[in-house]
Amino acid sequence: MEPIYEHEEETALELPAEPMRLNMGPSHPAMHGTIKMLLELDGEVIKNLDIVPGYLHRGFEKSCERGTWTQCFPYVDRLNYVSPMLNNVGFALAVEKLIDIEVPERCKIYRVILGELARISDHLTCNAAGCMELGAFTPFLWFMKVRDWVYDILEQETGARITHTFGRIGGMAKPPTDGLKQAVRDVIPQVDKVLAEVSATMVRNRIFMDRCQGVGCLSQERALSLGVTGPMLRATGVDYDVRKAYPYSGYETYDFEVPIGHDGDTYDRFMVRMEEVRQSCHILQQAIERLPDEGPINVDDPRIILPEKDEVYSTIEATIAHFKIVMEGVKPPKGAVYSYTEGGNGELGFYIVSDGSGTPYRVRCRPPCFLNLKSAEDMIRGNMIADVVPIFGSVNMIGGECDR
Amino acid sequence: MSKQVLSLLQERFGAKILAVDSFRGDDEALVAPEAWHEVALFLRDDAACTMDHFIDLTAVDYPEREPEQPRFDVLVSMRSQRKNHRLRLKVRVRDGQLLDSLTSVWAGANWTEREVYDLFGVRFKGHPDLRRILLYEEFVGHPLRKDYPIAQTQPLVQYRDVGPAKLAPFGSDEGQPFGRIDWLARMQGRNQQVSPAIAVQHGQQPALSIRTEDTGPEAPQAQPVRPDQPGQPDQLGSKA
Repeated sequence: MEPIYEHEEETALELPAEPMRLNMGPSHPAMHGTIKMLLELDGEVIKNLDIVPGYLHRGFEKSCERGTWTQCFPYVDRLNYVSPMLNNVGFALAVEKLIDIEVPERCKIYRVILGELARISDHLTCNAAGCMELGAFTPFLWFMKVRDWVYDILEQETGARITHTFGRIGGMAKPPTDGLKQAVRDVIPQVDKVLAEVSATMVRNRIFMDRCQGVGCLSQERALSLGVTGPMLRATGVDYDVRKAYPYSGYETYDFEVPIGHDGDTYDRFMVRMEEVRQSCHILQQAIERLPDEGPINVDDPRIILPEKDEVYSTIEATIAHFKIVMEGVKPPKGAVYSYTEGGNGELGFYIVSDGSGTPYRVRCRPPCFLNLKSAEDMIRGNMIADVVPIFGSVNMIGGECDR
Repeated sequence: MSKQVLSLLQERFGAKILAVDSFRGDDEALVAPEAWHEVALFLRDDAACTMDHFIDLTAVDYPEREPEQPRFDVLVSMRSQRKNHRLRLKVRVRDGQLLDSLTSVWAGANWTEREVYDLFGVRFKGHPDLRRILLYEEFVGHPLRKDYPIAQTQPLVQYRDVGPAKLAPFGSDEGQPFGRIDWLARMQGRNQQVSPAIAVQHGQQPALSIRTEDTGPEAPQAQPVRPDQPGQPDQLGSKA
């Protein structure tokens, strides 16, 4: 093989000046799920990049237009499959806003408990993956261990570990089990313990700090303009949390704080998520004290809530009500609303349009990941290839939600 | 609080704000298409509005509104970080009509406009990089339009031909149609809804009788169409 620049002196030999194009993904261990990044490299520095989502697109919004409103719940489960309960509650709240009903107090507290458990599992998963991708496998296992105990509670409550399909319009599928309070009381110290352990190993770890601090910075103005929400926005120093700014499900009555970062770098995002897990534990402690043992969990409206099974089999009224809800579906009035909750990654919104029939006319999910991911282009540009992994990990892109 | 923003908009832009609405507390303004960019820029920069936080941009398809009214609703939501109020702008555009891109106002509009173009086919003027984002370049049509059949498939890699022996002896949705509303039929004036419950409620024939009565251009076939047959994209639903 002949030399590249044979006319030049050996001392003047340079690498080719034109940028190299590199495909990262769609199937790559650091690309959570399937996503492609087209990197334009100058040496190891990323001059430009194009993020290509869509490999997990399965037509969520179109699928929702085919059945009844209740039949959307299995689909919303599969949006953010790390914290499906938050999606369930978010969608239920959207339809309830359209119908203009409010669930009983017990249901609100129950939703807060399940939602915060889901948020803990979401943040733990993100930080666990972030540690692992930087070579720290032990914190990953610690986090996963605790996440599994959180999943155990959710399994005990809903019967499923991940895709619960537990939300219902006007309530929840089942009332809380007797063991819920004790289970939550047992798991909170474990979460605290593992947070302390990981803090001790990671937070002041030289390697971790060097890899994360000052890497992938995002400014406040840029983040707001890009529509970034959630822990990523709070890491830049904006104290926007839907639970505080526009409270729902009685969040205004809980005592918790919104942690914010300073630089908007990868380290801040890690720390914001760590602190949010602590705040979620704090909310959980208050919520289990408030949760009444008795009382209705669903709204009292036979047009919305399925009757009890033994009544369905024994009375004609309940049979008819059951048939109408299952065959025709819940019929919200004509109109459109946008309802938003704080999901695992930011503002999870549902813009829903009803034409008055039992079938959704349009279900738009405002996916926090999708808008957060766009900001990764800004954060990665100018960094090295090795920085892609921690930056992208701290975005916490969930394929199911981003690509729908 | 955003009621004030609505009245401010009406004061400032007059006839270009076609309607305002506050259904269930969601403040919404219907804007004339030519003022779309102008109103958005005003909302971002005005000291009383300061809508600096982009939230969402999406669209809804109403094919039955045509030809009197434009077919698509494009909606953009935003909020103010300082004043904590929200607003939703709505604009109506016809199929093929160009709408001003909002990428110069909020950077977040870039991907969401690409998504609206991808799934609805609404084109944006001045968008720096308008190409498909969730689907692949070879995809034909825009799937979130109501006239795109819900069960249609466009595989890039052909389905494997497994032969009849390995398939179930019925179509994937025989008996209960996949979608409850057959939008293609509805837009052609045959407003037969495929859900038996809905059809009866609308005073129509039960949908199950479509199979024998519908002798339109596409007469019912002897064999149900299988979604997983190799070859051209197929369509399921009431005509299967």
